[in-house]
Amino acid sequence: MAGSDAASPAAPDTVKILIAGGFGVGKTTMVGSVSEIAPLRTEESLTSAGLGIDDLHGIEEKRATTVALDFGRITISEELVLYLFGTPGQQRFWFMWNDLAVGALGAVVLIDVRRPESSFAAVDFFERRGIPFVVGVNGFHGRHPYPAEDIREALALPEHVPVLLCDARERASARDVLVALMDRVIAEADEGDSSGQLTPPVH
Amino acid sequence: MTSEVSGSDAAGRLVRPFALTGGRTLPSRADFTLITTVTVVDPPPDRAPRPQPEQTRILRRCVRPVAVAELAALLDLPVSVIVIMLCDLLEAGLITAHPPHPVSPRTPRLDLLQKVRDGLGRL
Repeated sequence: MAGSDAASPAAPDTVKILIAGGFGVGKTTMVGSVSEIAPLRTEESLTSAGLGIDDLHGIEEKRATTVALDFGRITISEELVLYLFGTPGQQRFWFMWNDLAVGALGAVVLIDVRRPESSFAAVDFFERRGIPFVVGVNGFHGRHPYPAEDIREALALPEHVPVLLCDARERASARDVLVALMDRVIAEADEGDSSGQLTPPVH
Repeated sequence: MTSEVSGSDAAGRLVRPFALTGGRTLPSRADFTLITTVTVVDPPPDRAPRPQPEQTRILRRCVRPVAVAELAALLDLPVSVIVIMLCDLLEAGLITAHPPHPVSPRTPRLDLLQKVRDGLGRL
């Protein structure tokens, strides 16, 4: 897009973070609790997304030919704007994650303590692609029956992946999860810098 | 808070938006991402064609820089349709496009990452 930028010096740089996890785990709630705008919804039709034709099996209804994305915005400064995208939770829409994941700084994988298995695949997705992520355990009504380490064990997460107990409805709690993610992103970038490798060494 | 499924007139909407793009379903340029920002060129270039009504709706929304995903949400159109229309507007010289900050694990920008972290910390 060479040269198309000259007349708009005011356009800020944009970056994105993904909020992933199973269906109904609280992704849009988390986006909404930190976003400066009410979460917006946009839709994409499967025909144009192109990929993942195999994933169309489960679709019985006509309206399922579009997939919804909820997102929010945090203006960091005049020059920098962060977007938070909730990934589609239904398994049949995962092919969209590939597109979404391109250019993402990192991801929060939200886990519902009542059904952690619904977020296993999200953990797997980011692990396989080497995208930095943290796990946010979203309590039911803010309650946390299990300590973070039990969740880590259940998910077989390596030590370098932070696990945080959180309440997606609370701004401060959601913020802390995002800050922990950025600390992880920065740590991985640092490791990449010093070792020249993309993956951190196993301890 | 929005509900998980809207779908009120999904069948009808699938027809209408692509009528706006002259039946095309693929953009002529593939470089509009969800967080690419677009800004109207003001004043428009002399040679620019007169915008269609739906194009005018877009142009009104991007007097200040706005991300593609936001445009799609605000105008209630699928992203793919917005992108095709933005391609036309870009080629007509009516908007400029600003790509997102490149993020690559091979070339991490620590200062940028730190700015995001600090900004989140101030929430």
